Amino acid sequence: MATFLPQVGAMLTLPGDAVRQILWRFSDRFDLQMLVQSARAVARGQVAHMVAAGERNTHEWTPAKQQMMEAFDKAGITAAFMEPEQGGFIAGPKNLALGLAAFELAWVDGGAATASLAGFLALAPIHERGTLEQTAHYMALAAPPQPGEDRKVRRGAFALTEPIPYVGVDTGILSGRLRVAEWNEGQEPLLHVEKRGRFITNIACADFVTAAVESGDPRIKGSCVVILEEGDPGSFDRGTPTKKLVHQLSSTGDPIFSLTVPASRIVGGYTVKDGVIVPNFSHGEIIEAVFRRTRVTVGLMTSAKLLSAVEPVIRYQRGRFRGAESIKEGSLRYEMGIQQREDALQRLVDVWASGEASASLGFAAARLFDDLDPLEREKTALLAERGIAGGRAEMKAMREVEAKAVALLSGDLVDARRDELASDPLVQYALRDAAANVLCPATKLWNTGEGTRMMREAVSLMGGYGITEDCPGFLANKWMDAQLEATYEGPEAVQRRQLTITMTNEVFLAQFKAWTKEMRAIASERPGSGACTLATAMTMWLWTLNYTQHATDADGNKLYHGQRQGVTFALADALCWLLAARCQILDVEELEARGPLDAVVAEDLPATLQFLRDLCHVQSARASGEVSRICAELVYGYNRHPAWDAEGHKACFLSDELDEYEGFIPGLGAVATDVIGVSGSHPVKAGPCAGCAGSLDFLHLQNKLATCLTGSRLAKDRAAGTVSKVMIPEALDYPQ
Amino acid sequence: MPNSFQIVVCSSLVPDPLQTLEPVAGPALKNEMMLPAVLDPWAACSLYEAAALAAAHPGSKVYLVAMAPKAKLQQVMMTVAQKVPFELVALDGPLGGFTDAQSTAAALAEAIAAIPALDRSKLLLFGGWESASRGAGVTLQTAGELLGITEQFQGVDQLTVRDDGQLEVLERVEGGRHQVSLCQGAPAVFGWATGNLAEPRNSPQMGMANMRGITPALMKAKPVKLDANGLSYVSAAVPKQTRETRLVRDMPAEEIAREIVAWMAE
Repeated sequence: MATFLPQVGAMLTLPGDAVRQILWRFSDRFDLQMLVQSARAVARGQVAHMVAAGERNTHEWTPAKQQMMEAFDKAGITAAFMEPEQGGFIAGPKNLALGLAAFELAWVDGGAATASLAGFLALAPIHERGTLEQTAHYMALAAPPQPGEDRKVRRGAFALTEPIPYVGVDTGILSGRLRVAEWNEGQEPLLHVEKRGRFITNIACADFVTAAVESGDPRIKGSCVVILEEGDPGSFDRGTPTKKLVHQLSSTGDPIFSLTVPASRIVGGYTVKDGVIVPNFSHGEIIEAVFRRTRVTVGLMTSAKLLSAVEPVIRYQRGRFRGAESIKEGSLRYEMGIQQREDALQRLVDVWASGEASASLGFAAARLFDDLDPLEREKTALLAERGIAGGRAEMKAMREVEAKAVALLSGDLVDARRDELASDPLVQYALRDAAANVLCPATKLWNTGEGTRMMREAVSLMGGYGITEDCPGFLANKWMDAQLEATYEGPEAVQRRQLTITMTNEVFLAQFKAWTKEMRAIASERPGSGACTLATAMTMWLWTLNYTQHATDADGNKLYHGQRQGVTFALADALCWLLAARCQILDVEELEARGPLDAVVAEDLPATLQFLRDLCHVQSARASGEVSRICAELVYGYNRHPAWDAEGHKACFLSDELDEYEGFIPGLGAVATDVIGVSGSHPVKAGPCAGCAGSLDFLHLQNKLATCLTGSRLAKDRAAGTVSKVMIPEALDYPQ
Repeated sequence: MPNSFQIVVCSSLVPDPLQTLEPVAGPALKNEMMLPAVLDPWAACSLYEAAALAAAHPGSKVYLVAMAPKAKLQQVMMTVAQKVPFELVALDGPLGGFTDAQSTAAALAEAIAAIPALDRSKLLLFGGWESASRGAGVTLQTAGELLGITEQFQGVDQLTVRDDGQLEVLERVEGGRHQVSLCQGAPAVFGWATGNLAEPRNSPQMGMANMRGITPALMKAKPVKLDANGLSYVSAAVPKQTRETRLVRDMPAEEIAREIVAWMAE
C-alpha cells in the first residue's frame, strides 16, 4: 500500500499553547485559557522552586506546603471548582477545567496537582449529591476570599479508604460506623461517627472531612457519606503522616475520628421512615458519581509528565558532548550530540507519541463528562416527570432508551426517525454515558500504567543524569509519581474490572463499530495517519471479544467470564490502546480543520500536522501490535497444544504414507512438517503444530493488520528527523 | 476628582525571554510568530505601575495600547488580563523589533488620540524605556511628541503624586544614580525602567472581568501597516556568548574574587 504524502519541512517549534488549545478544544474558552496560564505560573514558579529546594524530602506538612495551598487560592485554582455565584469564574461543567489545571501542575509536580485535587475530591460528594444548603455552605467556606473579604479558606479531605484489611481493596465494605447519639422528639438527631482513615490526602490541612461510613445502629439504614468538622465535639485526630516515596508535596495520613454531628451532615440529606434514618444516598452511589469524574484528571496528570519530558530530553541529547575539548563548536557531534543516533531519537518519538495519545484520551474523556453532566440532570428530570426514580425502575426505562441508541447508530433508520432519536436527550445521555463508562477507566488505567512505563523510558534517555535529583524536569520524581497515580483513586485492577463490564455494553459496542468506520473514513482522506491500521486493530479487538464471549477453553470452560480476568482484563488493556490512539487521531483532525483560522497556528500548520500525524501513525502501529499480541494469545492460548501422543498423531503424516501420497501429490513431502517415522520418531519440538480450525478469520485479520503497518516506520523516521531539528527554548522555564 | 489620571500604557509583544532568538534575513527573528510571546517586560513594569497609580487615585483609568498580530495579542492577553484591570486598545500590526520607530510611534499616537472621551489634560503616557526585542529608544518619546506632550522622563523607577498634584519622578541617570525631578502634572510621558513593583499574581477572576472589554477590542483591532521610511538593516545578530573553562585547583577565594573583579573591569 503506497502512501503519498505532500512533502513539507520539519516542524519548526514545539507545539505551543495555540496548537494545544485547538487539539484539546478550548481555543474558544478564555476562562480555561486563563486557568491554564494561572496554574502554569504557580507550577513553574512556586511549586518548581519548592521541589528544587528539596521540599519533597519530608513527609511533614511544612509552612512552604501550606503556602503552596494559599498560592492555589490566590491563583484561582481553588476557585476553578466553584460556580461564579460561589466565588468561582467558570460557569457550567468543570471536568475539562480541572483536567487542565491538574495537567499544568503535574507538568512540574504530581504532588502539587494532587494537593489541589484533594480539596475538590472532598467537595465533590457535596457538589454531586449534597443538599442545596450543604452545597451553598461548604462551597462558600472553601471559596477563596473575594477582594475586601478577610477570612480563612476552609479546606477539605475525603475519607473513604480504611486501615488494613480493607484499604484499597473493596470500597464497598466499610468499618467506619454511624450511630444515633441522641434523638429527641421533634429535634434533629445527633449522630456519633467512628471512622479511621488510611492514606487520606490533604488531611494535614483539612478543616472538614467527607467520610464514608456504614450504619452501626438499627435506627440508621445502610451507608452514607457524612461531613465532619474540626470543631465538632469529640476527637478529630489527623494521625501520622504516611511515609510516601512520591507526591510528597501533598499531605497524606491515617486520621482517626470520633465525633458527634447533627444528622443534617449526611450528604444529600435523609428521610425518616418508621423511626429509621434513611440516607438519601448510599456511600456507594456518591463515590460512583465522584470517582467517575476525578479519575480522568488523575490520568491527565501522567500525560503531563510524558509531554513535559520531551523538551528536557531534547536539550540533554543535543548538549551531551558540548564542553569536551575534542568536540569543536559547529561539528555535528557538538550540534546534535546523542541525536546523531537514530535510537535516541526514535525512543523519544515513542515517549512523545504516548504522551500525545494519553493527553488526547484524557481530555476527550474530560470533555465527554462536560457534555454528560447537563444531560444527566436532564435525564433525571425527564424520568422524574414520568414518575420514574432510582434503582430498578430507572434501569428498566433506560434499557428501552439504550435500544433506541443502538438503533440510531445502526444506520438503518429513515431520516425522520433518525432525527427524532438524535434529538432525544435521553438517547444522547445513553450514548455519552456508555462512552464515559469506558473512557473514564480507560484513561485512568492506560494513561497511568503505560505512562509509568514510558516515563521509565524517558528517564533512561537522560542516562545516569535521569535518575538524579538534578535531572532537568524532575523526571525521576515524575517516574515514581506516576506509579502512585496508577494506584490511588482506584488501582489498575479496579479499572480493569469496571471495563470488563462497561466495554461489553451494547450501546458502547455500537459506538465502537461506528468509530471503526470513522477511522476508515479518515484514512481514506488522510493516508499515513495510522487510522487505517487502527481500524483494522479495532476490528480485530471486536472479533476477539465476540470470540471469547462464545468460545470455551480446552477444558470446556467459558472464556469471557467475570472471574476469568486472564481474558477480560487483557481485552480491557487492549481496548485502552485503541481508544487512546483514536482520540489522538481525532485531535489532529481537529487541528487540521481549525488550524488555518488561527494566524499563529497557521504559520507552520502543514509541518505541525505532518509531525503530529506521524506520531499518530507511530502510536497506532504500537497500539495495533499490542492488540494483535493480546488477541492472538487469547484466541490461541486457551487451546491445548497437541502432543506427541495418539490424539496428536492423528493430525500427523506417517512417513510411509507420505511416501505413498508423494506419488500423486508431488512435493507434499517438502511441505509436511509433522511426520511420524516408522519407529515412532517425530520432529524435535513441543508437539504437532496447532491447527487454526475456527479461527481462520482471525488469521486473516492478523495478516491484514501486519500489512497495515506498512509505512509506520517511515512515519517514525520522519518524526525522528523532526525531533532532531525542532527548535527548543534556550532553557527550561522552571528551575531544577 | 482630584489627582485622577488617564494612564495610557504603550506596549509591544516580545518572544518569551527563554526562547532561542535567532536573527534571520529580513531582518526578523526565526520562527517568531510561533514562539510563545509575553508583554515586553519593560512595558509590563509600566503597566503594573500604572495600575498601582490608578488604584491609589480613584477615578483614574488605565488603557493598554498594544500593537502585535491579533492572534498573538489574544494569546498574551490570557495572562496579562489576569494581572491588573485595564482597557485594551488593540492594533493589529507586525511583530518584532525591526520596524521603524517613527511609523510605530505614529500608529500608537493615532490610536491614543482616537480613544473615546480621553481627557488629555489628565493623560500620563507610560511605556518601557527599553525593549526586550530591539529597543530603538525613541518610540515612546516620539509618540509623546506627536500627542503634543513635551514633559518627558526616561528610565523612571518611581512616580509619586504629591498632595498638590505635582509629580515627583525618580529617573535613572549615569553611574548607577537616580535623579529626582518635579513635574507640574499631567500630561507627561514616562518611560519606565523596572519600577519597584513585583509582577502581580494571576487572577482568573480579574482576567474574566477584563476579557469583557478585551474580546471586543481584539475583534475591532485596527490593521496597521508600518512604513519602513527607508529604514534598512545591514545585519542583525544576538550578542555572542563565550565560554572559557579553566581547571584550577586549590585557588584561594580572595584570588578568585580578584580575578572576577579584574574580568568585570575589562
